[in-house]
Formats: sequence, structure tokens, C-alpha cells
Amino acid sequence: MRNFNKILSVIANNAVPIIFIIISAIAIPLSGFSASYLVQELLTRIGRNAFLILSLLIPIMAGMGLNFGMVLGAMAGQIGLILVSDWAIVGIPGMVLAMIVGTPIAALLGIFCGGVLNRAKGQEMVTSYILGFFINGVYQLVVLYFMGWVIPIVSPTLLLSRGYGIRNAVSLLGIRGVLDNLIPVSIPFFGGTVRIPLATLLVIAAFCFFIVWFRRTKLGQDMRAIGQSQPVADSAGIAVNKTRIIAIVISTVLACYGQIIYLQNMGTLNTYNSHDQAGMFSIAALLIGGASVSRASIANVFAGVILFHLMFIVAPMAGKNLIGQAQIGEYFRVFVSYGIIAIALVLHAWKRNRDRENARRSLRGNGQAQQS
Amino acid sequence: MKKSLKKFIENAGWPRVIIGLFLLSLFILAPFVGVQLDNSLTDTFVRFGMNGVMVLAMIPMVQSGCGLNFGLPLGIIAGLLGATLSIEFNEKILEFLSITAQTGPGFRAFAGFASAVIMALPIAAILGYFYGKLLNRVKGDEMMIATYVGFSSVAFMCIAWLLLPYKHPTMIWGYAGAGLRTTISVDNFWHSALDGFLGTTININNTGVQLDKLTLPIGTFLFFAFMAFLVWLFMRSKTGTAMTAVGSNPEFARASGVNVDRMRVISVMLSTMLGAIGIIVYEQSFGFIQLYMGPFYMALPAVASILLGGASVNKATILNVIIGTFLFQGILTMTPSVINSVLQTDMSEVIRLIVSNGMILYALTRKVRSKR
Repeated sequence: MRNFNKILSVIANNAVPIIFIIISAIAIPLSGFSASYLVQELLTRIGRNAFLILSLLIPIMAGMGLNFGMVLGAMAGQIGLILVSDWAIVGIPGMVLAMIVGTPIAALLGIFCGGVLNRAKGQEMVTSYILGFFINGVYQLVVLYFMGWVIPIVSPTLLLSRGYGIRNAVSLLGIRGVLDNLIPVSIPFFGGTVRIPLATLLVIAAFCFFIVWFRRTKLGQDMRAIGQSQPVADSAGIAVNKTRIIAIVISTVLACYGQIIYLQNMGTLNTYNSHDQAGMFSIAALLIGGASVSRASIANVFAGVILFHLMFIVAPMAGKNLIGQAQIGEYFRVFVSYGIIAIALVLHAWKRNRDRENARRSLRGNGQAQQS
Repeated sequence: MKKSLKKFIENAGWPRVIIGLFLLSLFILAPFVGVQLDNSLTDTFVRFGMNGVMVLAMIPMVQSGCGLNFGLPLGIIAGLLGATLSIEFNEKILEFLSITAQTGPGFRAFAGFASAVIMALPIAAILGYFYGKLLNRVKGDEMMIATYVGFSSVAFMCIAWLLLPYKHPTMIWGYAGAGLRTTISVDNFWHSALDGFLGTTININNTGVQLDKLTLPIGTFLFFAFMAFLVWLFMRSKTGTAMTAVGSNPEFARASGVNVDRMRVISVMLSTMLGAIGIIVYEQSFGFIQLYMGPFYMALPAVASILLGGASVNKATILNVIIGTFLFQGILTMTPSVINSVLQTDMSEVIRLIVSNGMILYALTRKVRSKR
């Protein structure tokens, strides 16, 4: 009986990933994709997205919730990429240079974001979410009006025909797949061959080690203390506000690198849309991997990437084969991405309020016992 | 003088003063760059009428302490359902009311509009009830969860619009014979049901300013005034006062014997119902029903409008709605025309993003400071 309860609690704690495993298990045969195709797609998407999702971990550790402000870093990375493709620097040097250009922008945006979030404690998520929209406006102002006017852009292929402003789609042919194909590895798999983006995976592995190491540093411990309780951390002599800003800056800079890795895989930059999707899809994937607003691990990241993108790949085909309309599968996955974030947020807030209520009730109960 | 000016700015808040001055300068600049002031003013008034009720929908939830209603899309969906149902059954409704072709187009339109509102209200009430119950469980995180409830319901309805068995030929895709179109014209049903009612052109000559063709949508204004009056009346009723008490101090309200959760549910239901009416008013003026991803970002302009009018996250009045909607819509209409003539580019989209989200950010960060 005790074992049964244990199993039940494991299922309850991992309800979201389990539901997704079931959905995928139904949808994979319906889609009719081959195993080698699926594995290839999944490997590509892990390489493409894992870094972005990993950048969310540190603010969660510091108790700041899901960093919807990661789009700020994504925008910084895109500015770096636009400039690098204007300077016509290709290959790995181009990518590294884009990161070097993006870093100070991302750091500045991170400091700004952290400052704003410190003024809105308890409302970090909605504030960082709106901040993403606000900075998106500033980003559009810079890219659509200042580039080619205040900021010199020479390449006519980047500029709109009116002479300033960046085109809607920027081709990143120069750095397309440079990291993915740096160490070419192909292995035969179920009758097909699967190419492995080894270099990208190595970078991601290094990042994972960085996070594991970071948790053990003084700064990492401070952040975890703040995540547990801000007043306690404050009285223990930790500079709460400063540490929170540092957490956001690290997250923003890493999101900037993540977006550059993402775009080198995609090969084209949707100047005005790419960053929007980056934030939402990363957060949805992390939550699907079983993370919550206050707790997330590296394992959640990888489980999330695999489950979320498995559904991404198979849902439209499954929708087409099942009902005859690919559009339904498309809308279904949009619905799931938003719905899963909503459910995760609700569960978190619900649990927190219940805990708070229980704590209050037990306090009250003790008081009455003493009185009588 | 200087002191009172400083106090005024302090009270109004810097962003509002800046935006107000910006709009004022646009109006002053307009005649010099050859922008027709009467056209701009007409546009501003028409848009005011279109959006007024949706901004009004913010008041109940703000007053009861549920925060800004980022879940407005839920109300909008109820409105869209009412609107599409009213077209689906338009002939039957007119037959039932024994309205024939001789009755006059204005009356027919108004009957169609009224039927849309009447069908939308129960749907909005039911959705609002469950939405309110949900928000009661997640106190403290309402705004973030409201955002994602709105998003996921829009995505869910995308699937529903494809599958619901609507039959009216003006609404469904011609070649597939099923699934609603992305935009549906209400031209033959209730376009300008309110705008056309008493829609008058006022000629104001010889007043110094050339205002030849200032058209005011009197009917829509009257309807807005009527709705605003109802809300005003409600907020002064016993229930409305209790609701305000819940918003200002939930503990105190509970101690005075007010059922806090019930008041919050009522406020959410009211907000949702006002949102449903709001979108139908919007559509009768706009001429089209926008389905699928149409309602996705509709909450943000409404939220920004009421904040611009001087509301905060926990206090809002009818005056805030009127001032805010006028300022916000004024900026939306004036920026494209004026900036376009000065700089030969259309920056309205960017300015809209920065102004509306900047305003929301300001309100979110301010709430915490005033609390301490």
C-alpha cells in the first residue's frame, strides 16, 4: 500500500511529462514518420534549443520565476548577428564576434531588467513579460529606423529599399550550421543515417557543467538562499537586490548566446519575429519537462526539449492523418504551448496559497491549544 | 506655481505627463504639416467609441483587487461567439421579431446588434464564473495567469472555429464548405448599428479652426455613456461598495462580513461580460469580425488605455477610462499621420508598442513602491 502511494505521488508530481508521453505515444504512429527521421529531427532540435532553455535555470534558482525577459538577450544576440552579417565575417569567427558584440548589449539590458524587477517583487513574471514587449518596441525602433541611419549598415542586401531599416528576413548563410557541422559525425540508424551536431552538443554539455559548478559557488549558494526566503537571506548579509540583478544578467547574456546558436542552425533570421517565439517556446518546453516556477533542473530541460519538440514534429502530420486538416494540429500545438504555461502557473500559485493557508491554520491551531 | 506644477507631475506620474505633452504637440503640429485636423479628430472619436467599452471592462476587476484584466480575450471570445451566432441565425431572429425589409435598415441592424449582445452575455457570464473561480485559487498571481488563460483560450478557440458546425455562407470558407473565415464582414447584418444611429456630421465653421467634416458617432457615444452609467451605478450599489472594499483591504472586508471570494467572482464575471459587449461594439464600428488569432493581443491596448488615464493596479474610475481611451486612441491616430508627414515613415507601430507597454511597466513597478 505504501508503495502504491509512493507511485501515485510520483505520477502526481510528474503529471505534465506523463501526459505528454501519452500524447506522443498516440501521435507518433498516427504521423507515420520513420524512427530515423524522428531521431534526426530531435537531435537537431536539442542542439538548436537546449542552450536557450538552460539560460532560464539561474533566475528560477534565485526565486525570480520564469524569466520571460530572456527575449531581451535574444534581441541582443540578433543585433550582434545583423552587424556581423553586415561586416561579412563568416564561419566560427563570425559567430564568436556576434557573441562578443551581443554580450555588452545583453548585459546592459540585463541590468535594466534586474533593476525593474527589483521594483516589482512578487510580480516578476508579469513584469518581465511586459518588459519583453517594451524592449521589443525599442528593438524595432533601433533595427527598423536607426540601422542604416545612425548605425552604419553598408550591405544593400540587409537594408530595406528605402535606404534604412533591416529587411524582414536576413539570410545568415555565412554562419549557417557552422557549429553543427564543425565536427561531422554520421551514424547509421534503423535503415537511415543520422547526423549528430556534435560540436553544438559539446557546447551545451559545457554549459550544463557550468551550471552544476555555479550552484556550488558562493554566488550560486547566495542565489539559492534568496530563492528560499528573501528576508532570511537579507538578514544573513546577502545583498539581495544586487544578487538578483546578477542572476538576470547571467540569464540574459546566456540567452543571447542561445539565440545565436539557435539562429546558426536555422540559417535565416526573422528580424521582427524570431525573439518572440524564442521566449515562449523555451518556457513551454521547460515546463513540459516537469519543471515548476520555483524548481527546475538540467534533466527537466532535456526531457522538455524532447517531449515538446516530439509533439511539434508529429502534431501537424497526426492532425492531417486523423482529421484531414494539418491546420488543426498546428493550432493544437499552439494551444498546448500556451495551455501548459497556464496550467503550470496555476498549479504553482495554487500550491503556494495552499501551503500558506495550511501554515496559518497550524499556527492558529497551536494558539488555541495553548489558550485552552 | 513651480511647487504646484511639481505636485501635479508627481500625482500624474512622469510617463503620463510626457505622453500627454507628446499628444498635445502632435495636435499643435498637425496643421503645420498639412494634416487635416477634422479627419484626425473624427478618427480619434470613432476609435474612442470603438474601444471605450473594452477599456471599461477593466474597472470591476481592478476595483476588486484582481489586478489588470489581461484575460480580456476570454470576454472577447464570448463576444465573438455571440456575434457569429447572431449572423448564423440572423434571418430567424428578424423573422421572429417580425422585422421585414420595409422596417428600415437602421432598425434591422440594431436588432442584429442587440441579438449578438444578448447571446454573448450568458456565454460571458459562464466563462467569467469559472475564470473567477480559477483566479480565486491563485491570489497574488492573477495577472500572469490571466494572460495565459487569455492566450490559451484564444488558441483553443482557433480549433473550435474550424470545427464548429456553422452553416451561414457568408461566414464559412467557400471551397471547404466548413470552418469559419478569418475575417467576417458584418456589412449586411449590423455594420454601424450604433455608429449609424444618430450618426451626424456637425459642421463647425468660423471657429478659427477649420473643422468642416467632423463626424461624431453619436449612437456609439450614447451607448458607451449608458454602459459607463451602469458601471457607475453598480459601483455605488451595495455589492459595488463591497467589491471596492475587497480590493482596498481584503482582511478588513472579510472582518466586515463580506464574502471576499464571491465578490471577486462577481467582478470577474462583470469584466468578462463587459469585454464581450465591448468587442461587439468594436465590430459594429469596424465592420468585421476577426476570428482565430485576432483577439490575441487585444488586452494590452485596453490595459494601457486605463493606466494612461490615471488608474493604478488597484484603483480605477470611469474618468480614468474616458481620459485614457481618448489619449491612447489620440496617439494611435495622430502619430501615423503627423510623423508620416514630418519624417516620411510610419512609426506608429513602434510608438504604440513603447507607449502602451511602457505605461503598463510603470504601473506595475509603482504599485510596490506605494505599498512600502
